[in-house]
Amino acid sequence: MQTTRLIIVAVGGQGNLLASKVLGEAALLADIPVRMSEIHGMAQRGGVVESAVVFGDAESTIISDGEADVLVGFEPSETLRALNRCNADTIVITNTAKLPPFTVSIGQGTYPDLNELQELIRQKTARLVAFDALALAKEAGNFMSLNMVLLGSLIQTGLMPVSADNVKQAIRTSTKKAFIDTNIKAFELGFEAAAKAG
Amino acid sequence: MHKLLTENPGQKMLLLGNEAIARGAIEAGVAVASTYPGTPSSEISLNFFQMSQESDLYFEYSTNEKVAMEVAAAAANSGVRSMCVMKHVGVNVAADALMTLAYVGVKGGMVVLTADDPYMFSSQNEQDNRFYAKLSGLPLLEPSSVEEAKEMISYAFEISEKLQEPVLFRTTTRINHSSAIVTLGEIKTPQTKGDFVKDPLNLVTVPAVSRKLHVKLLENIEKAKDLTESSAYNFIQGDGKWGIVCNGVSYNYASDAIKELDIADKVRLLRVGFSYPMPEKIIKSYLKACEKVLVIEEGEPYMEEQIKAFAQEEGLTLSIRGKAKDLFTRLYEYDPAQVRENIAKFFGMPYTPAAKPDLSDVPQVPQRPPTLCAGCSHRATYYAVKKAAEGLGTIYPTDIGCYTLGVLPPLSTADFLLCMGSSVGTGCGFSVSTDKKVISFIGDSTFFHSGIPGLVNAVFNNHNFTLIVLDNSTTAMTGHQPHPGVNMKDFNLTGYGRVSIENVVRAIGVPHVEIIKPYRVNKSIAAIKEAIDYEGVSVIISKEACTLYAQNLKKARGKPFYINEKCTDHRECVNQLACPAFYIEDERVHINADLCSGCAVCAQICPEKAIVPVRSKEKIKSS
Repeated sequence: MQTTRLIIVAVGGQGNLLASKVLGEAALLADIPVRMSEIHGMAQRGGVVESAVVFGDAESTIISDGEADVLVGFEPSETLRALNRCNADTIVITNTAKLPPFTVSIGQGTYPDLNELQELIRQKTARLVAFDALALAKEAGNFMSLNMVLLGSLIQTGLMPVSADNVKQAIRTSTKKAFIDTNIKAFELGFEAAAKAG
Repeated sequence: MHKLLTENPGQKMLLLGNEAIARGAIEAGVAVASTYPGTPSSEISLNFFQMSQESDLYFEYSTNEKVAMEVAAAAANSGVRSMCVMKHVGVNVAADALMTLAYVGVKGGMVVLTADDPYMFSSQNEQDNRFYAKLSGLPLLEPSSVEEAKEMISYAFEISEKLQEPVLFRTTTRINHSSAIVTLGEIKTPQTKGDFVKDPLNLVTVPAVSRKLHVKLLENIEKAKDLTESSAYNFIQGDGKWGIVCNGVSYNYASDAIKELDIADKVRLLRVGFSYPMPEKIIKSYLKACEKVLVIEEGEPYMEEQIKAFAQEEGLTLSIRGKAKDLFTRLYEYDPAQVRENIAKFFGMPYTPAAKPDLSDVPQVPQRPPTLCAGCSHRATYYAVKKAAEGLGTIYPTDIGCYTLGVLPPLSTADFLLCMGSSVGTGCGFSVSTDKKVISFIGDSTFFHSGIPGLVNAVFNNHNFTLIVLDNSTTAMTGHQPHPGVNMKDFNLTGYGRVSIENVVRAIGVPHVEIIKPYRVNKSIAAIKEAIDYEGVSVIISKEACTLYAQNLKKARGKPFYINEKCTDHRECVNQLACPAFYIEDERVHINADLCSGCAVCAQICPEKAIVPVRSKEKIKSS
């Protein structure tokens, strides 16, 4: 089957690894070959966490620069930083709620302007879906369900070989019991948001 | 029940490479497992630790890799299957035991897992541990995928028992930290107790015995050569004339490239999974069938050099290339595009790499380096040390752990680092060869791992330096594993002793020892001043639990703080502590109440006393 390459970038603590795990479990349910890799050595120390998910007939678990079919960014400046992983055909989904790194607080660097950031991504890729996923996570009942909001948008694009039902089932089996309802709601809100974004 | 103990052969599970390896060991009936944690191997041990609490598996977090190796070696010499797990540099620590264990051998199967880290995602070097196999004469296995890693563990135990030698099992980060769908196999019931049969003339390595044992080792290498020739893990795909030799993850990149370049009919690919001894006969006949050969292996030209040597023996002059300026590098990890491009180049294929976007107009995104957590006690200690040492010329030898993150400004409390425990030994060296004040930092787990001999040395040779033990009651960096100073009763685990760092330091005879609570800023500064004024060895033990771990364990945390209207924007807090809970908005410093752990260190250093605890939710908003 066709190979689909997805990169997810986030800040440590935003739930990137759980999001990719849910996708992997959904692929298992759908009987679709999947391979993933993650770099998370310093995830809990505020660094960048990147995961790669490769669906279909490929042996590699990592994705070279410029070869992501889809990029999902949990934090807007991290989405911009990961633009080198994209090409002109890449579809990008990003949260627009900022989480500035502490280097900005101590005067080492300036946080990019959000409008300019989105404009740049739009120019260089096939499509950008951008919205405040944090607000939707809070609406779902927990800011921690940001990852599920973005999963919802990702699935809405139809680019993933797994269905919304597969993913919802995976959310039920692989996220904490106490958060399942919130996570499902977050997923649905994200799904709707991407639909609205057209 | 732990998911990796599931008795349901044929069931498919999405597993992390490290989980698959742990499951492989369980399926192989491992009875004793030992480790010192180290990324990227840590989750193997974590799963062993968890499973040992509900199965017959004996598992221990050993004090260091050498001890772990010795524990596993003794178990295997008692006839039970054992495994010890470590990161690549851990094998350096264990190498003394390993090299002679190769002479002594084992009775029960023993697997030594080395998790190499090309690109140094979380390591101080990217040494290629395949050379340990060549150095020790021990068989070496290298899986290419998560699924294969699980299968190969059982095979490793089998050949270990066949040869009566431990087997090296080498992974790289992209095996350990990749996930894939794995099919569970049957769990072999472990033989948990063996017997040790006295046989000093084969087991006590005095010179006369070792001279005999070295002969035996060379014979075993010959037997291993037969195994590697018939191993299913060394295989050839395709019958073309273009030779591609690969191992580990490079096999995946090469396989994808062959498909994408549509050259399967031209290629003859040799995947080497049993890579010491290298399969000589297979390689020699393979070379004769190829026009030219490209060797794709991350790290050093380990296979390439051996293959060239085989070619020389056969008088073959075909081109065999791998590491070269215009081909593959010895640096870092490889990626699929790089492999694809080099295959196309080497075999003269037309190839246009995918167009990358022009990013020249993208503004520089501010860096997001990993940093000490909000409220981390190390930050408090570093602040106090810098205050206490103000005006002094200092050298800060540091060590391996979260606290190495003190290297970044504004803390800048890391000047020199080699390896685990090096803060103490290098502290000794700097103190005799410079006139600067030497203040070394070491974590609690690292202190037990390899800090103690350095400190004994310091006392014996009467060095003049201060050692600060950053005791946060856990091995924080690798995911909060216990160490000998941890009270295991806190985790409802019985059957453990406990070693006090203070008692060890005093017993060594350190003349000046002080314990501080780093969140008490002024007291800490005063105690550190005294220690650094002391002529001779002084030790400060800075005790405060890892804030991240305390939060994970749902231990009560302090109330968050906020900055009130008294603030005159000195920014002492941000500029000296750089705690990630601070942020700047509307040109003012604010504290993110979700991140603030309430350590109160910033409140103590604020010249205006403008940082105060939140008393009600309203105040968070008004800040």
